[in-house]
Amino acid sequence: MGDWKTITVPALSSASKIPYQNTSEKKMSPSSLNMQQVLRSPLPLSKSMHSFFSAFCTEENVEQSISYLNRELTTLGFPSLYSECKDKELNVVSVLNCMNELLVLQRKNLRAQEEVEIQHLKLGSDMDHLQNCYAKVKEQLETSRREIVGLQERDRQQQCKNRNLHQLLKNEKDEVQKLQNIIASRATQYNHDMKRKEREYNKLKERLHQLVMNKKDKKIAMDVLNYVGRVDGKRGAWRTGKTEARNEEEMYKVLLGGYEQRQKQLLVENAELKKVLQQMKKEMISLLPPQKQKPKERAEDGIGPVLSDMEEDAVELNKENMWELSCETVREQLTNSIRKQWRMLKNHVEKLDNQVSRAHSGALNGSDVISREDHELETEKLELEIQQCKEMIKTQQQLLQQQLMSPCDDDTSMLLQDCYLLEERERLQEEWKLFREQKKNFERERRSFTEAAIRLGLERKAFEEDRGAWLKQQFLSMTSDHKNSEHVKTQSAYSGSSDPDNQLMNFRSRQKKPHCLPSVPPSEELCQTIQHIPHNSNSSVVLNKTTEDSKPKQWKGLNKAETE
Amino acid sequence: MNFSEVFKLSSLLCKFSPDGRYLASCVQYRLIVRDVNNLQILQLYTCLDQIQYIEWSSDSLFILCAMYKRGIVQVWSLEQPDWHCKIDEGSAGLVASCWSPDGRHILNTTEFYLRITVWSLCTKSVSYIKYPKACQHGIAFTKDGRYMALAERRDCKDFISLFVCSDWQLLRHFDTETQDLSGIEWAPNGCVLAVWDTCLEYKILLYSLDGRLLSTYSAYEWSLGIKSVAWSPSSQFLAIGSYDEKVRILNHVTWKKITEFEHPATIANPKIIVYKEMEKSPRVETESLAFPPARAQASALFSTQSKYDISQVPVSLQYIKPVADRANPRIGIGMLAFSPDNCFLATKNDNIPNAIWIWDVQKLKLFVVLEQLYAVQLFQWDPRQPRLAICTGNSKVYLWSPAGCVSVQVPMEGDFQVLSLCWHSSGDSMALLTKDNFCMCYLEREEVK
Repeated sequence: MGDWKTITVPALSSASKIPYQNTSEKKMSPSSLNMQQVLRSPLPLSKSMHSFFSAFCTEENVEQSISYLNRELTTLGFPSLYSECKDKELNVVSVLNCMNELLVLQRKNLRAQEEVEIQHLKLGSDMDHLQNCYAKVKEQLETSRREIVGLQERDRQQQCKNRNLHQLLKNEKDEVQKLQNIIASRATQYNHDMKRKEREYNKLKERLHQLVMNKKDKKIAMDVLNYVGRVDGKRGAWRTGKTEARNEEEMYKVLLGGYEQRQKQLLVENAELKKVLQQMKKEMISLLPPQKQKPKERAEDGIGPVLSDMEEDAVELNKENMWELSCETVREQLTNSIRKQWRMLKNHVEKLDNQVSRAHSGALNGSDVISREDHELETEKLELEIQQCKEMIKTQQQLLQQQLMSPCDDDTSMLLQDCYLLEERERLQEEWKLFREQKKNFERERRSFTEAAIRLGLERKAFEEDRGAWLKQQFLSMTSDHKNSEHVKTQSAYSGSSDPDNQLMNFRSRQKKPHCLPSVPPSEELCQTIQHIPHNSNSSVVLNKTTEDSKPKQWKGLNKAETE
Repeated sequence: MNFSEVFKLSSLLCKFSPDGRYLASCVQYRLIVRDVNNLQILQLYTCLDQIQYIEWSSDSLFILCAMYKRGIVQVWSLEQPDWHCKIDEGSAGLVASCWSPDGRHILNTTEFYLRITVWSLCTKSVSYIKYPKACQHGIAFTKDGRYMALAERRDCKDFISLFVCSDWQLLRHFDTETQDLSGIEWAPNGCVLAVWDTCLEYKILLYSLDGRLLSTYSAYEWSLGIKSVAWSPSSQFLAIGSYDEKVRILNHVTWKKITEFEHPATIANPKIIVYKEMEKSPRVETESLAFPPARAQASALFSTQSKYDISQVPVSLQYIKPVADRANPRIGIGMLAFSPDNCFLATKNDNIPNAIWIWDVQKLKLFVVLEQLYAVQLFQWDPRQPRLAICTGNSKVYLWSPAGCVSVQVPMEGDFQVLSLCWHSSGDSMALLTKDNFCMCYLEREEVK
């Protein structure tokens, strides 16, 4: 055995490469069996290895042992230990190959085992976690169920209450109805009684009248020294049909006078209102010279041009004798034109509003492109504007207050103005708020961008490092011996296929790899592995079958095992 | 502000003549006529019994003195002191007497409202009007004195009769859609007659001079209704005070409600000025407060002064909860009056008896609230300008104008509890009446502005 040590493993491994692959190709047994073996294998490995070994082979039974091993190995698909040409001669090369093979297998098995253990642990923890989760969710379910029950109960109670209230309401309504009926009946009763009483009273009055008035009461008299003259100095006229007619006439005169006066007042009022309307119209026209054309051109409603024609007529008319004419046509024209102007004004204002909103939305959309400087500039500008507006509002308010202080006659118009100012101010404030929000959004976006940039830089750096290391490795491997280069190649193949996410990890594993893979395990361990090959022979297949994703982790596991 | 000396008076009977030259006052059965300027007694008439009512004729030449208990009216002439006239209603009795607008006829209402007798001072003719309605405001004359409206009741139905005052000819006679009419009032322009129903129903009807129904207004049902009614001097507005503590104002074009003035006990609007009368006793205020029975003495010894403070809103006014199960509850708008220039309306809510609300009619808003220490007895507008005189049954008289308000102590010996007041037609002076005294109060013109 001491002689075996001297043989260098790298040479062995390179030689045994092909046969090993062959065996692995050949042996495609069901994975379940492999798994079992893999799971079982670690137990005897660590324990009484030496004693078992010594018991197996002694001086006497070397031959048997070798033959036994040969048999065993051949059954497992290894090449025979004996040289093919001469019988019963131990082929040291094949033995060593087998041992190496076995060792590799062992190592793989160990790795797999580690892997599986970790997986097991992970699964266990996952399981725990899931169980916890399950318990929690169950609890939640329970609580929510309870809640639902509670809510249902409450709902039921509320419904009950509602029903009761409805009942109460109905009762109250009935009560009200009843009371109203009672009131009505009482009222009728009262009226009836009153009438009866009054009739009696009237009868009594009549009787009293007869008694008192008709018996020529001497006392009822006027005692006057001498009759005085009438206020107007005239004598009282006789009552005739003429006087009656005259009285009627007088009355109607009075009435007519009253109505005339009222008509005059109304005329004055009307004229003033008309003046106001006219003025308003003029102002509107002067306010909207460009807009006036558009509705005409648009002609979405066919009456547009007709109306305007009419309006022009009206304008001509107005110039002549607007105030004298209070007839229907003029009034209609005036109101129509005013209405039209008003509609135009409204449209204009709406359009302006739309423009404003569109500009706003445009600003929102283009926000991604706007640089920060522009943004800040804009904010500053707007702030300044707002400040100005505020100041203006303040001064206006002051002016208004002053005006209010001085005895004013037109309170309502003042109020309206006030209203408009307030409205404007509110709108400005709203705009300001919107603006602030926008600004905040920009800030947030900017931050996220910088973060992403930082991350990218980091990643790039890592990648650069990675590449440098890899290049160095490549270079080194090119210069160094073949076995190393081969290992590195397999490694690089990994890195080529792996996700960018695992780059860092790969990078790390590769950093460690150069000094860990080539280093040959000590002879004792080698022996142990050889001894275990029979148990783990199938595990190579498992390893080959493991997914690409888990490979970095395998490496890690291997490293760990080796450091141990 | 100056005050005259105190004169004797009974039954609060003190009246200025319409031309503003004389002042008639009664002491028991004596009628005293004074010159307004120097208060010299011009005439002194002696009646047959204690006088219960006096009234000047429109031309200020005659005064009628009614003695309801004896059913007698005595008329005196200012020009001919020895001229006399006595009207005896005999066994029919007498409950009311008044001049016709021409000052030559006297309308006497007999007991039980059997009839109204129209006595003429010019001729021997006597007219009777049957079936007058027994109500407070049953007779109304137009301001120009041409027409008289009279509420009548026949066969359990209400009627209105319109008479021409010059010859007492019936002009119109129409029935009204009222349950139990309780008052009528002409608009100052004499073209519209407001007729309102009994307090059991909120209903007011407006009739034209020719008897056409112009409009009917009813604010609500099933509750006590109208308590007081007042026309604005321009006839533009009709203010209706009701038991629901609100004043509703109707306009003269559509006769629809323009606005509604509420009279809540708390005033929160900071735009409203609330004047609160504060008592400030010179020295021993606790004692004067501690012995209210000795008020006469106290006021004689150290006359408590009062002034108006502007209260900070919100203000809660002193509120009396009316007894709900009694008839004629002390609730609702019992008094309301427009200022002569139409600009203000003064109202009093009977369950907040210490306060007077003054409304700005142009803005249709509450303008000022005056909170007095005692219940308001009477308020009356200056006939010439927006100035309101108020008395609260104590020895002070209060004046409000848009410029502010003042409380004036009447500088009289003893207790001088002003129960009533009446303005002179010039607005320069007024008579302050107590239970058995009166004095004149002169206002300087400069003070007004």
